Amino acid sequence: MAETFLDSTELVLNMGPQHPSTHGVLRVIVKLDGEKVTGTECVIGYLHRGVEKIAENRTYTMFAPYVDRMDYVASVSNGLGYCLAVEKLLNVEAPPRAQAIRVILTELNRIASHLLWLGTHALDIGAQTPLFYCMREREYALNIFEKYCGARLTTHAFRIGGLQYETYQGFEQECLDFCKMLLPHVDDYEQLLSENRIWKERLINVGVLNAEDCKAYGVTGPMLRAAGVKWDIRKALPYSGYEKYDFEIPIRENGDTYDRYIVRMQEMRQSVRIIEQAAAGIPTGPAMAKVPKVIKPPVGEVYVSIEAPKGELGYYIVSDGSTQPWRIRVRPPSYINLQALDKMCRGSLVADLVAIIGTIDIVLGEVDR
Amino acid sequence: MPEDPKPDAPQPEAPKPETPKPAPPPAAAKPPAGAPPKPAAAAPKAPAVMAATPWEDDLTKQLVDAFPSRIPEFFSYLGQNFLISPPGSVPEIVDYLKRECGFDYLVDITAVHYPERPEAFDVVYILYSFSRNVRIRVKTRLMDGEPIESIVWVHPTANWLEREVFDMFGIRFANHPDLKRILMPDEWEGHPLRKDYSILKMDRRWVQENLGIESGQ
Repeated sequence: MAETFLDSTELVLNMGPQHPSTHGVLRVIVKLDGEKVTGTECVIGYLHRGVEKIAENRTYTMFAPYVDRMDYVASVSNGLGYCLAVEKLLNVEAPPRAQAIRVILTELNRIASHLLWLGTHALDIGAQTPLFYCMREREYALNIFEKYCGARLTTHAFRIGGLQYETYQGFEQECLDFCKMLLPHVDDYEQLLSENRIWKERLINVGVLNAEDCKAYGVTGPMLRAAGVKWDIRKALPYSGYEKYDFEIPIRENGDTYDRYIVRMQEMRQSVRIIEQAAAGIPTGPAMAKVPKVIKPPVGEVYVSIEAPKGELGYYIVSDGSTQPWRIRVRPPSYINLQALDKMCRGSLVADLVAIIGTIDIVLGEVDR
Repeated sequence: MPEDPKPDAPQPEAPKPETPKPAPPPAAAKPPAGAPPKPAAAAPKAPAVMAATPWEDDLTKQLVDAFPSRIPEFFSYLGQNFLISPPGSVPEIVDYLKRECGFDYLVDITAVHYPERPEAFDVVYILYSFSRNVRIRVKTRLMDGEPIESIVWVHPTANWLEREVFDMFGIRFANHPDLKRILMPDEWEGHPLRKDYSILKMDRRWVQENLGIESGQ
């Protein structure tokens, strides 16, 4: 045997759980052949809190704040999905005023989530500047949440049946001002990144996931749209009055990391369009539907999903007719999108792994629940 | 004055012939006359089962034709359609739905535990068709400890979803490529989302060995 230690052998490397580029406590076991990734395995569950078990031991109303702790950078979306699901189970609908305000806050949250994604993703790639810009603009959106409901991150903005709070004086104007302020900044980010040579070389043809694979792996959200599938639940199965607003679904063809970046940037612009339309004409009237004080849905089950910033966020709720849900299942987009990581990074370089984890836009609070 | 005796007079008369008429039949079954309305009023308040209506359209007809020997049951509740199939047919039905009916996106797999029922578990597959823009659920009932065939070969998404169901409920998926725990630690004992697993329960041995503390509470 003439083998020496210079012979190439497979190397198993641990990335995480404490790693700045895994966006939380994600551990990826990477199998390497030289610098090439030949396989990965994700180890998750470090943030598992048993949210679904907690739900079975709380009333419907008591559980609502917990959902904000899953995808904590898009807590408004989580709350909206949960409220819509329970409302469907109760067969009530939020009044038009509540729906419009819900849309505004959810879209603000989508922008905030995409901004945080852009900042951290760019940081992973090596561009430090966008992070500070993104955090600066995100602050304005969080300020609106704070003024509206008192919380910035885990907002608990909505209630089953509508809204707990009326909007404050000048809410609409502040939302419109935010939109006006944001658009030039999105142009700025694109000017910094889109044609940047390093940015393009690090992203183009990295982590390719075509439409077939996206469907096979259940990947939704911007990742699916970057692969050329024009599918958005806001258009396909509209909820909360999204059918009233005029907006586009941005798509790209290649399904690589660069396309996902472009899609998310475009989505921010579309969210601005929705906010502008909604804030210009919030209907008057009550903000809360007639919901009984003690929420006791009839025996039944329902699955309701929304287009969260990361993909399809669904709630499957089974009621046994009591005040506590028999079962709540959350379909977390990050969890299912993360499963495609292995498919995306096989054959790429270990340095690309960081870019690919970043482009999935995972929040471990949601992956582990 | 002349009108007063008139309503007075027929009133005692009217109930008198009415009460003996319905009285004999319930007298045999239920002695008090007020008893029949009571269960009638209580029934709509808390029905023990879901008020699902039958679901019938082109898709259900196609499925009945395709699976004549194992006819699934079709229901609709709040406008959401689902079918209940025997556990053995699930992979074939899901595969058929994917190939022939365009249900190419597996949204979710989950389970629900009913410890009172002989078939203790509902396994629920949520499917969506991009071409039809329709979402359906395939449900099946399983005994505790009974394995179910994995559908990873139909939808690769099912890999982690089935692992999670196994982790949380202890339902085994036969022919799964890598069936192991996903959210809980590998050595953990017990499956937390089962109804007999109390919210305060934990694997004390694991906590003591791995965290070096007496209890996680």
